[in-house]
Amino acid sequence: MIIALLSDIHGNLEALEACLRHATDTGAERFAFLGDLVGYGADPQRVVDIVAGYAARGAVAVKGNHDEAIAKTPRYMNESVRAVIDWTREVLSTDAKGFLASMPLCVREDEMCFVHASAASPERWDYIDSPSAAQRSVDASRSSYTFSGHVHDQELYTRGAVGRMIVFKPMHGRSIPIGKHRRWLALVGSVGQPRDSNPAAAYAQFDTREEKIVFYRVPYDHLAAAQKIRNAGLPQAIAYRVEKGV
Amino acid sequence: MSGEPATVGRYAPGTDLDGFRIGERIHSGAMGYIFRVTGPDAGFPMIMKVPRVGPGESGEGLISYETESLILPALSGPHVPRFVSSGSLAQKPYLVTEWIEGESLQQKLEGGPLSPDETARVGAALADAVHQLHLQDAIHLDLKPDNAIVKSDGTVVLIDFGLAYHAHFPDLLAEEQRFAAGSAPYISPEQILGTRSDPRSDIFSLGALLYELATGELPFGVPSTLAGLRDRLWLDPVPPRLRSPGVPAWLQEVILRCLEPRAEDRYQSAAHVAFDLRNPDQVVLTERASKAEQANVLEQARRWWRARGGRLALHAPKPQRREAPIIMVAVDTMHPDDERQPALQRATFQILSLSAEFRLICVSVIPAGPVTEGAGESASASGAYLDHIVRLRHWVEPLHLPRRRLSLHVIESASPENALLEFARRNHVDLIVLGAPHPEQVRLAWWRSVASSVTANAHCSVHVVRVPEHTGA
Repeated sequence: MIIALLSDIHGNLEALEACLRHATDTGAERFAFLGDLVGYGADPQRVVDIVAGYAARGAVAVKGNHDEAIAKTPRYMNESVRAVIDWTREVLSTDAKGFLASMPLCVREDEMCFVHASAASPERWDYIDSPSAAQRSVDASRSSYTFSGHVHDQELYTRGAVGRMIVFKPMHGRSIPIGKHRRWLALVGSVGQPRDSNPAAAYAQFDTREEKIVFYRVPYDHLAAAQKIRNAGLPQAIAYRVEKGV
Repeated sequence: MSGEPATVGRYAPGTDLDGFRIGERIHSGAMGYIFRVTGPDAGFPMIMKVPRVGPGESGEGLISYETESLILPALSGPHVPRFVSSGSLAQKPYLVTEWIEGESLQQKLEGGPLSPDETARVGAALADAVHQLHLQDAIHLDLKPDNAIVKSDGTVVLIDFGLAYHAHFPDLLAEEQRFAAGSAPYISPEQILGTRSDPRSDIFSLGALLYELATGELPFGVPSTLAGLRDRLWLDPVPPRLRSPGVPAWLQEVILRCLEPRAEDRYQSAAHVAFDLRNPDQVVLTERASKAEQANVLEQARRWWRARGGRLALHAPKPQRREAPIIMVAVDTMHPDDERQPALQRATFQILSLSAEFRLICVSVIPAGPVTEGAGESASASGAYLDHIVRLRHWVEPLHLPRRRLSLHVIESASPENALLEFARRNHVDLIVLGAPHPEQVRLAWWRSVASSVTANAHCSVHVVRVPEHTGA
């Protein structure tokens, strides 16, 4: 079974549709959404509708910090992010807000753990930004596979020969064997707001039978998505990030 | 051996495992065991590698096994053993691969050093294998005489990828320096410092192997301490010609260039090493070739000081893949005044300006002359041959290339397209540049079919140069 792993969509409809099409065309049979459906992008309602539809048909969908912020704006968010959250809260339907609030922080299934940030304490939204942070999450997940987002980069962690977690930057489209005899933490990248100077949407696919993961970059009409952000009157800087992938 | 580990029981000769019948145990080492196996007909002989696992084992065998199981299935071609199957690592770790029939370099060396010709022949075949591995984004990192098998047709196959690196996969051995650094006599200075992702590390090991093939001795001995290992960061080896006076200057040049402590001073591609070993007359001799002694005490002290503070220098940025291309331009020296020649020169110049580490091979194919009696590439004594070399040199002069980036070849052949294709393939050419047939010049019919035939059959990219058409009204 091939599971498409999509995270940090951030209200970017164009990017989401491109990734879903790519995943379906390449044989994905299941879908897992790893949080932050909203925030930044101009199409939160459409994005939540799509994900809620998939969830109703059995897809995994866990909560991200931006999804949580719709219910209650946290203090740590800066002004421009707050502005988008406030705007998103206005435009979302009650049903959509209800769906966001209903998502769990973490889902465990067979050998897999799906969580937006760290499995060690999902509600703290800690970034996996070091081998030790990765180690903590993997220890807490108690699963062979931990799939996460939050950090917008694509990275693959596992324990190296020296006993510390090693980090690997995957290449687009290359299948990587990840046997379940060891523990893996995959950061699948961001669908709606990549930040590595490559505007193409990022996601990954895990093949449960073959025990292989593939990371993808999918080009989409990011200029249109950026223009929509401007048209909605949202902060210029956010449109710029989508436009340049920074 | 004291006490057979539990893993061996399952692999007793005669036992069946996942359809493979275990045969004779042919190796037992620190990392694990190797058995001959028969089984589902693969059409070639097979072996099964089994890591040492269990209480009391260090785990090194297991991590090497895992590394090889990850990398070998991703490799292909005539220079690596074919992968057949692997068992689940958690329950029954094993790896079944092709058994390579042939003579290891270790066995070859048991008869003493090889002649310079033989060293060059075997060395070029070894460099071919290393280059093909590097083209697949992999680095061997443990090249030594045991790990290179020469088949009866002269092809070299590299075995044992337990310490290898593949750019597509996480490096499980990252930061591992206790055992993963490779074999002491052959490893590069940067490997000693923990770098595992530079293909030029294999070039250094290739140099150490060439040194041993040519002299029967190791360039840095067999260091047993870390301090001894680190000597190669600054100590230059005894020049091969001092050990074996029969080693020609050009071969010493090639060997010592591979063994430069700083990766950027070495050959930047194994294809360049193979080329020089096959074309001794094209090797540009530097002071390396004439070195008759190790550096004096003062010079060594200076290098030691530099190496001490100079870790960064050894970690110089590695070249991007294929940044050291071999470019072959086919020049029609039969028609030196053809109007396409300047266009071909311009195109060549533009292509070369995109890369700093290129090697340009200028080739002219001339019809086999009666004096040579159909000989191939050999330098016939005919005046025609020299005449065409002079024309080639004249053609390339305006590009102002350093001599070491350039080589000139006149090939006598009745079939220019086949001569070019064969020469390009044998020398790992990355790009062939040649002129398109001229639409109006019927007398160039000999040349006409060449561009299309080369384009259709080349193993690499082909750049066909055309003189812009004048669309005069």
